[in-house]
Amino acid sequence: MWITWKAPSPNNFNPAADPGLMRMPKSRGGCPATLMKKIQRLEMEGISKSFHGIHANKEISLSVGSGEILGLLGENGAGKTTLMNILYGLYQPDAGQIKINGSPVRITNPMESILMGIGMVHQHFMLIQNHSVIENIALGYKDTPFFFPKIKIREKVASFSRQFNFTIDLNQKIWQLSAGEQQRVEIIKALMNGADLLILDEPTSVLTPKEIEELIIILRQMKADGHCVIFISHKLDEIMNICDRVVVLQKGSIVGSADTGKTDKKTLARMMVGRDVVFNISKEKLAKGQEILRADQIHVTGDMGLPAVKGVSFDLHENEIFGIAGVAGNGQRELAEAITGIRRIDSGKVTINGKDITNLSPRHIYDHGVSHVPEERIRFGIAPGLFLYDNAILKQHHLKKFSRRYFLKYNDVKTHTQGIVDDFKVLTHSIDNQIRNLSGGNIQKLILGREISEQPRLLVASHPTYGLDVGATEFLRHHLLKLRKQGSAVLLFSEDLEEIFELCDRIAVIFAGEFMGIFDSDDERLCEIGLMMAGSKRI
Amino acid sequence: MEEIIISTLQRAMVAGTPLLLATTGEIICERSGILNLGVEGVMALGAVTAFIVTMTTGSPWLGVLAALAAGMVISIIHAFTSVTLQANQVVSGLALTMLGLGLAGMVGKPYVGKPLTIKMEDITIPILSDIPYIGKALFSQSPFFFMAVGLALVSWFFLQRTRLGIQIRSTGENPKATETQGVNVFLIRYMSVIIGGGFSALAGAHLSISYSKSWIEGMTAGRGWIAIALTIFALWNPGRAIWAAFLFGGIFVAQYLMQPLGISPNFLAMLPYIATLLILVLISLKDPRKLNAPAMLAAPYKRGER
Repeated sequence: MWITWKAPSPNNFNPAADPGLMRMPKSRGGCPATLMKKIQRLEMEGISKSFHGIHANKEISLSVGSGEILGLLGENGAGKTTLMNILYGLYQPDAGQIKINGSPVRITNPMESILMGIGMVHQHFMLIQNHSVIENIALGYKDTPFFFPKIKIREKVASFSRQFNFTIDLNQKIWQLSAGEQQRVEIIKALMNGADLLILDEPTSVLTPKEIEELIIILRQMKADGHCVIFISHKLDEIMNICDRVVVLQKGSIVGSADTGKTDKKTLARMMVGRDVVFNISKEKLAKGQEILRADQIHVTGDMGLPAVKGVSFDLHENEIFGIAGVAGNGQRELAEAITGIRRIDSGKVTINGKDITNLSPRHIYDHGVSHVPEERIRFGIAPGLFLYDNAILKQHHLKKFSRRYFLKYNDVKTHTQGIVDDFKVLTHSIDNQIRNLSGGNIQKLILGREISEQPRLLVASHPTYGLDVGATEFLRHHLLKLRKQGSAVLLFSEDLEEIFELCDRIAVIFAGEFMGIFDSDDERLCEIGLMMAGSKRI
Repeated sequence: MEEIIISTLQRAMVAGTPLLLATTGEIICERSGILNLGVEGVMALGAVTAFIVTMTTGSPWLGVLAALAAGMVISIIHAFTSVTLQANQVVSGLALTMLGLGLAGMVGKPYVGKPLTIKMEDITIPILSDIPYIGKALFSQSPFFFMAVGLALVSWFFLQRTRLGIQIRSTGENPKATETQGVNVFLIRYMSVIIGGGFSALAGAHLSISYSKSWIEGMTAGRGWIAIALTIFALWNPGRAIWAAFLFGGIFVAQYLMQPLGISPNFLAMLPYIATLLILVLISLKDPRKLNAPAMLAAPYKRGER
């Protein structure tokens, strides 16, 4: 049975024609009879979708059945999220159809997909930060009563929460919750709407290892209850651990699928990037050169007015990558910002090549040869609405080669940008394109290109490969090593221990704003890095 | 002395009535994420419509209804530009103010200076109005006064205690997330802008057929702007808007009382704006989250953007 947007029948929910406007039907009983049944099997057939002339999805077909966890694996920009947004009714496919239990359906908006039993937990949570937990659930729940919604659904929410051992004060505001708790609010929201099919988009990217374990338990429980789950990820370990079957996407098309029991990580990785991935980058031994950076007893205050960095000292030399490992929120961001001039240093001293740069402006620090690849690349690394060539000179526009007095030399700027795009393999159809249209990996490549095109003495890189796929990660790491070989120093902040161990010559472990110790990368004491990151051991 | 207090209080209530009506409307509108700077213009249009209809039909209630309709209809322009076309809301709102003021001046030209003989009877609530000092000021007032307080209370109830209220507030906070919950964001915003415009027009109607009982160009005298300041002062809460509006009404009256004492009325006229700035500064210093401003206020929302 087709659900059409334009021809409402009394049985169909259609907000556009319903005089009750935003009122939602009282229950799933308002749906066509065939859809009231639980989703036993969902199929997508020949789905295609393009944005700005670029194919995001190309003739994709997949299916998932009850009690099954289907993994959707692919690099950033492979079209995983687009495909799921089509299923959830946020985008309309250019071609193809969706079938539930064998009968075709058309999903034109999220409400319809919710009523059909599809729930989605988005990568960026769809929660109202300033509202309480209960208000957020009331907003998404289809049977919320009109008057006194917060009071009337409280009991139901509480019983659902108990089912998944979810203890949270329903009156707390979302911004007061951790990422893991926010995700559970999303899951509860989907389950309360009776979701038979739950889509999770990169659900582990914001979670701590413990929260990931808890999520896996929830997913297994849902599987046992006969739910269908689609699990989107670009992390091979998770896919192997959680999913029954996996479909691999590459550049918008399906390039393979397999039962996770009958395949291995290597095969999947090859499918995902279309070639073999070197998991262990070998770095050559290089002798330490002259000292570039020296930080002496740095103290920095955090956003909350509390000390975030407490007396950190270290030095950094030519041909060296210095890694700072630690759990997020232990002063890494504040330290990076202090060195690059974004945040005030309360006391202590930073020198570059012997020159004092403490509390200079970011521009002057840049002119001393310090580049910065910031964390949260969209917020701090680019101006999303500007073109690629504008973004490529965000920091260099004042240099003689890009400007003459008050005017920019756009021809030179564009040549320079095209150079970065070619050298760093940024995928875009034109440099006359708003940078927001690029995927995360391509944005990061452009940022890195911008930051190292002037051969900096020191590159401060904060979580440079966070959220990137295997291909882009490998590419970026190679460039960091290349920079090291050319005689620059790199200060690398990362939560990814594998990355730290692969790239760094020396490693510092930070906890609560203090270094727990500084080690050479072959130091045996590093086997206790976990304890140090948790603050229970100091050397 | 007692008489002065009673009459001051009473006049403060009268002066605060249009402020409260317009502020409530603006709060609903801004809660859905749309900034409407057209209040002044819509108010003027409401005033002239109410005046003309009342004068020709002889029924002030028909005048009120006509003003309401006019305010809602002209607000559709703002809803269309800011919701459908996703244009700059400041520009669109200012255009609406100029359009409203101009239209009101043009239509009302033949009626300038004509007195309105038809009276709207005050409503006096027995017993309560006998309370000393405040009784007369609070319980023997024009129907507009009760309408303003009633609408503010109802609006507070709707925003805080109903599903629709959660949907409106969520739309202003995060339209994308709200849409993924299956709410029609466009409809919510249209509705909020149109209702807000209707309330502004009611404020205008109060000015022309109850407060001054005449029409003259420019009679709104910046009250629309005060309402926008009040929206911030009340921290987007219609409940708080009630006392805030009457406080500002009191300042309005104080302009005339203080004049003999040598305090410049210009100084008092700027007090509402200074008070709003102060509130903003104080709360921002303490805890910006408490400011409660809709997070996506004045940000156009495009559906299906990546």
